[in-house]
Amino acid sequence: MDLRFTAEEEDFHQQVRSFLEQKLPARLAEKVRREKRLVRADLVQWHEILHARGWLANHWPQQYGGPGWSPVQRFIFENECALAYAPRIVPFGVNMLGPVLIKFGTPEQKRYWLPRILDGSDWWCQGYSEPGAGSDLAGLKMSAVRDGDHYVVNGQKTWTTLGQYANRIFCLVRTDRDAKKQEGISFLLIDMASPGVQVRPIITLDGEHEVNEVFFTDVRVPVQNLVGEENRGWTCAKYLLTYERTNIAGIGFSLVAFDQLRQVAARQLRNGRPLAQDPLFAARMARVQIDLENMKTTNLRVLAAASGGGAPGAESSMLKIRGTVIRQEISSLYRRAMGIHARPFVDEALEEGFEGPWVGPEEAAAAARHYFNYRKLSIFGGSNEIQKNIIAKMILDL
Amino acid sequence: MNFEHTDDRRMLVDTLHRFVREKYNFAERQRIAASAQGSSREMWRRLAELGAIGALFPEASGGFGGGGFDIAVVFEAMGRGLVLEPLTGALMAGQALASVGTAAARTLLEELIAGQTIVLLAFEEAGSSADPARIATRAERATDGWRLAGTKAVVHQAQQADAFVVAARTGGPAGSGQGLSLFLVRAGTPGLRLRTYPMIDGGRGAELTFEDLALPASALLGVPGEAFATIERAVGCGLLALSAESLGAMDIAKQATLEYLRTRRQFGVPIGSFQALQHRMVDLLLEIEQARSAVINAAAALEAAREVRERALAAAKVTVGRAGALVAEECIQMHGGIGMTWELPLAHYAKRLVMIDHELGDEDYHLARFIALDPGIGAAAANPSHGPTP
Repeated sequence: MDLRFTAEEEDFHQQVRSFLEQKLPARLAEKVRREKRLVRADLVQWHEILHARGWLANHWPQQYGGPGWSPVQRFIFENECALAYAPRIVPFGVNMLGPVLIKFGTPEQKRYWLPRILDGSDWWCQGYSEPGAGSDLAGLKMSAVRDGDHYVVNGQKTWTTLGQYANRIFCLVRTDRDAKKQEGISFLLIDMASPGVQVRPIITLDGEHEVNEVFFTDVRVPVQNLVGEENRGWTCAKYLLTYERTNIAGIGFSLVAFDQLRQVAARQLRNGRPLAQDPLFAARMARVQIDLENMKTTNLRVLAAASGGGAPGAESSMLKIRGTVIRQEISSLYRRAMGIHARPFVDEALEEGFEGPWVGPEEAAAAARHYFNYRKLSIFGGSNEIQKNIIAKMILDL
Repeated sequence: MNFEHTDDRRMLVDTLHRFVREKYNFAERQRIAASAQGSSREMWRRLAELGAIGALFPEASGGFGGGGFDIAVVFEAMGRGLVLEPLTGALMAGQALASVGTAAARTLLEELIAGQTIVLLAFEEAGSSADPARIATRAERATDGWRLAGTKAVVHQAQQADAFVVAARTGGPAGSGQGLSLFLVRAGTPGLRLRTYPMIDGGRGAELTFEDLALPASALLGVPGEAFATIERAVGCGLLALSAESLGAMDIAKQATLEYLRTRRQFGVPIGSFQALQHRMVDLLLEIEQARSAVINAAAALEAAREVRERALAAAKVTVGRAGALVAEECIQMHGGIGMTWELPLAHYAKRLVMIDHELGDEDYHLARFIALDPGIGAAAANPSHGPTP
């Protein structure tokens, strides 16, 4: 029993730290730390820096341009990035499609698509959910009908995150209407510039444009863009949803968010003293801190099991539920800490270069927005209720 | 990073789990609980033979363990069997004896480890909870030694003890950690009165009253007035023990409830097929895994610097306080009417789980302590013994 990292892992830790010190642009870290709105160019810049170091596709094996890291190394890397206020890696190409192509793609597909993910030629988005297929994903209806060398695609995808930046979308489509619902699905790569593709923004409750609806009308897709076998797309979909989710708890994000909460609670006053010394608020903070410390160890236990060869399956569902609940709780306390100034909704305060005048404390500008935005955490990627269904079946055998 | 136990510790775990399963099964446990003594000297000796007591102390003190994870695995096994014998009290008393370093203390500790004698810490009082600074029992110097006066509350299995390590105030202002001392009080000493009673979670307990009890000078353990750190360390081991015991009991309660959900049928199907119950069971699983992590954190921090150690221990007690009560309440609820019966083992696990929160400070007490020990916040803490070492 030893909770410390090994000497090699500590060396790696140092490597990651010094990389971040040298290569993470101060401008980007400042934007993240001050909760400014990130734009496409910010994300692209960070991807390029990581790609230059060979660390962008950190889930990929070395032969495809990944660093070949262990689950523990990935945990260290993601935590350090969060603690250094690095922007997030946009996951759709690198963490989602990449592993599916590596597992199910033809040699030609791998040769063509994987380098384009790494060098930024393609920005992928995810075409999974439909208006009628959310938690019941296999109920999806978007159809693809074979016509010579092409599929003709008709239907709609929704909740397409950052689809407004993407030039490609990977989709689950129905290729057999008569089969049982999981068995008539295929995995298709689609060029967003194809005639008949239309993207419409969905504005979320925090006023942001993060997700979209994508409509497909008689879109022609070359058959070589099929990944895996026709009607076997559900296998790819499931693989993607369970692949290497050992960092899904987002411990690093919670640690850095808790640190910011502490700083704010030391400055904000309630009843004439810092909020951190208000017994009720301090108790709320202590509870979430204890939960987070426990969660960190729970995550390390899952990592240790994964490193020992045990594939993290339903354990990632446990990490997802508890990790998202903790992140939501921290954002809730952060919002509470702003008191009356959680309410002003000053859009320009989130823009780079805006230095005031602030309405209330600077941190108030994004606090309530982020709180409402983070309600998504327990909904996306398989809602927490779906995760509980998975655990009940896979772990509890009920 | 490695979450595997050493081979030696795994063997100890296997041995204790087998003992609990085979020799300390539920029927046997209930028989002991209902006996006049409320615990069994025979079982105490067998636990000692199996190494359950020796594992709690380092080699320098005559044991073969003493690390945080040694304590954790022993008490996890005790929790799985709802073991009644007073290992927690003995662990804390032994820690105090080990810190004294005299030949007499060492001999007594060796006898404790061998299972020949039972020494228990008598620490908590009605008004003190787990806070040493609130100790009101007083010891005054006399020409021939000391005079002890006061009452210790709910000493588990006190009627079985051959001796007590008693924490008392010999000086210092009330409410401070200064002026605390430890004394060895043999059972049967004139002036020591035991009011014994059964406990709702099994076994017996007692209020210990010292009525101007005369102690020889040799009864003093360690330096007078300087026992705070020893008490805190001993109680810290007790907190780890209770947290691990709770974890063991939670695992059994969870297992029993899962089996019930799979076999109990209503509306023509097993009740475990209902999503409302599945999700509640998943919630329990998550709480229990968080508690397991909390126990690991506390065990790993047992030799760390004071603030790190005490915060990890407080965090563990907060976690099992919340999780233990939740597991108890939910498991009873999911069993329905049968969960309300004395006959069902689960009901006794539930009682123990809830009552652990009534020992050595409850969830609220340790949450306050966790906050007060935070270097960033604790400066303004009201209770000095929560904060920096007094």
